[in-house]
Amino acid sequence: MTDGCDRAGWLKRIAIVGADESDEIGMVPHKGVLQHHSEAALNALEDAGLTLSDVDGLFTCGAGFAASLQVAEYLGIQPKYTDSTSVGGSSFVIHVEHAAAAIANGLIDVALITHGETGYSNRFRPGVGRAPMDPWFPSSQFEAPYHIGGPPSSYALACTRHMHQYGTTHEQLAEIAVATRKWARLNPKALMRDPLTIDDVLSSRWISYPFHLLDCCLVTDAGGAIVVTSAERAKDCKKKPVWVLGSGEATTHWTLANMPDLTTTPASISGPLAFEMAGVKHTDIDVVGVYDSFTYTALVTLEALGFCKPGEGGAFVSNQRTAPGGDFPMNTNGGGLSYTHPGMYGMFLLIEATRQLRGECGPRQVPDAKLACVNGTGGALSSTGTLILGAD
Amino acid sequence: MPDEKYAKPLPVPSPEARRFWEGAKNHELWLPYCRPCAKSYWYPRDFCPTCGTREVEWRKSTGRGRVYTFAIQYRAFHPGWNDATPYVTALIDLDEGVRIFSNLVDVAPDPKALRCEMPVEVVFDDVTDEITLPKFRPVAS
Repeated sequence: MTDGCDRAGWLKRIAIVGADESDEIGMVPHKGVLQHHSEAALNALEDAGLTLSDVDGLFTCGAGFAASLQVAEYLGIQPKYTDSTSVGGSSFVIHVEHAAAAIANGLIDVALITHGETGYSNRFRPGVGRAPMDPWFPSSQFEAPYHIGGPPSSYALACTRHMHQYGTTHEQLAEIAVATRKWARLNPKALMRDPLTIDDVLSSRWISYPFHLLDCCLVTDAGGAIVVTSAERAKDCKKKPVWVLGSGEATTHWTLANMPDLTTTPASISGPLAFEMAGVKHTDIDVVGVYDSFTYTALVTLEALGFCKPGEGGAFVSNQRTAPGGDFPMNTNGGGLSYTHPGMYGMFLLIEATRQLRGECGPRQVPDAKLACVNGTGGALSSTGTLILGAD
Repeated sequence: MPDEKYAKPLPVPSPEARRFWEGAKNHELWLPYCRPCAKSYWYPRDFCPTCGTREVEWRKSTGRGRVYTFAIQYRAFHPGWNDATPYVTALIDLDEGVRIFSNLVDVAPDPKALRCEMPVEVVFDDVTDEITLPKFRPVAS
């Protein structure tokens, strides 16, 4: 079928067949970015029962200029299709939609999506990290002189407005940090596994008002990779397929001054696309993974995706509803807040959703999880990718 | 008085934004304006980002507006800002209908002293001989 524009045509024709992290994640100063990419790639291919020689499409970003060239050569492959779409933490979720389109249209068979960052260890290696911005670019002229101050402050500006407009409270934000830590305590790969209370969050120091330290994600070293292929090819893989049932992506701005509405996210666009394509309802979803760079990011994303109405996110997450045992299991790996967050976290949403839908999560397994919703957020609430994933 | 030892990042005026920075140096706030749309837009471009026309011009702003939102920064990510924390970042909705990013000054960096929708006016901070940064301070409503 050559239905390039028939989005529903992807239904059950595209599958995630491999997913894994790099060998060590957390604080790994003895390894570099490309080691994380390659370890994760080999682990994910092993998980799928495939090898590097099966890969004909590579999707990646964050490994310097022309990231797909850098990573392809390091892996020793010459893929016929590459995509270095780099839109922040949502990139890898969006890569799944791009890979699905390439597979559905017969351009490639096996897509490898890789991630690797050393967000923690970069501080010990001067000169490593993101390239400086052109001084004539708008961010350089109209944000840097006022010291916008990195991701915490951008998201803090959005959160302040949400609090003003809807009465969202610090306590409601802290509910998310505490619930997410409870999940992390069930994940041996999570960096932060000590017990955490609402008071602990509220008494942690300010980073960027309205965010306390414990409203903010970790900064770690980690890599991850997933393998995406056709339904036909998935039959030969080692584990049961996780189907890509629906997808959507959206982009609204780069500088915060040009964000159309600071109290929502582009998930209000990508979410409905994904749900409509999958033909499922919010109440059908068994497990949710939303980007939690900050507690607020998760809260506002639940609203934007339509799990609750705008402004109701605070009430929605109250009483530990998203914690283990609650009726809305969310960020079951412990999230960017407590498990790992190397800089662009979206890859790890995909790995956890895949594991949940395969029933591989041990003590943190959501019973009988058949449908997952994943939403990656990148930039300054600039870009989102939403996926609906399903198990047979 | 300009501080000769100004250590914070400075803007490098781009060709399409030069009028804005020249205006700031003269203690005036100038905004790009689209004639067909009959409205200002932000940031400076040689065309209108709403309709695509090149029929654009510069208009002087009243410099008055309201705080759309704010954040208080307790950490510096640049050594030049180390001694400046805590400081206030904000998005200002100008009366001309555009939203710009700046700092709030002449106000305590304290959530009790700050609120969304508080009226503000532009002030000009001559940080070097060449560069003046428009910032905003609260005014009585």
